[in-house]
Amino acid sequence: MHEPLRPLSPNIQHYRPQLTSVLSILHRMTGVLLAGAAVALVLGLWAVAAGPRAYGIARAACVSPLGLALLALATWAFFLHLCGGIRHLFWDRVRGFELATIYRSGWAVVAASILLTALLWLAAWRLSP
Amino acid sequence: MPEPLALRPIDRADTLGSARAGVRDWRAERLSGIALVPLSLWFLAAFAVHARSGYGPCIAWLREPISAVLMMLLLIAVFRHLELGLRVVIEDYVHSAAKLPTLIGTRLLCFALAVAGLAATLRVLLGR
Repeated sequence: MHEPLRPLSPNIQHYRPQLTSVLSILHRMTGVLLAGAAVALVLGLWAVAAGPRAYGIARAACVSPLGLALLALATWAFFLHLCGGIRHLFWDRVRGFELATIYRSGWAVVAASILLTALLWLAAWRLSP
Repeated sequence: MPEPLALRPIDRADTLGSARAGVRDWRAERLSGIALVPLSLWFLAAFAVHARSGYGPCIAWLREPISAVLMMLLLIAVFRHLELGLRVVIEDYVHSAAKLPTLIGTRLLCFALAVAGLAATLRVLLGR
C-alpha cells in the first residue's frame, strides 16, 4: 500500500508529559520488557531441568551485577504492570474515571510498585536460607 | 453512522471494518491478566524463599506436584497474555510491510516458548 509521508495523529511530542500519559506508555513498555523476563523464566526452567551444571551457570548469571540489575528492573516493571493492570480492570468496569481519582490511583500505582519491589527484595534477603 | 455499501465479510476482516472477533481477544487478555495476579505473586513468593537456594532445594521444590502444576498454569497464562499484549503493541506501532510477518512470528514464538517451558517443567516433575 502507498503510504503518504505525513505525521500520524496524535503528535504526542507537542504535549507536556503528564502522570496519565507517562503511566499509559510505561504500562506498555513494562509489558514489552516483561517479555524478556518470560524468556528468562523459560531459560531458567531449562537450566533446572538440565542439571546442576546448567543450574550453576544460570545462577551465576542471576547474581552477577548485570543479572541483579536486570532482575531488580524486571521486578519493578512487574509490579508497575501488575498495579497498572488492576487499575485498568477497574476502568473496564467504568469505575474511577473522575480526574481526581485518576491522579490518586496513578500515584498509588507508582508508590505501590516501588514499595512492593522493595518488600520483595527485603523478603528475598531475609527469608532465603 | 450509515453502514458502508456492500461490504463483503472479507472486506470487514481485512481493512474496512471490524471482523467482530475482537471482543474474544479483549476478554482473553483480561482473563489471563486476572489469572496472573495470584500465579505471578505465588512465583515471586517462591523466588523470595528460594533466592539463595542451591540446586537440590530448588529442584525438590519444583518436583512437588503443586509447584509443577502452578508453574505450568503460570506459563500458559504468561504466554497467552504476552501474545495478546504484544499483538496490540505491534498493531499500533508497526505500519510497514513487516507488520504481518511480525504478528505471525510473535504468536508462533510465544507458543513455542510456552511449550518449551511446559516441557522443562514436565521433565523435572517426571524426573527426566
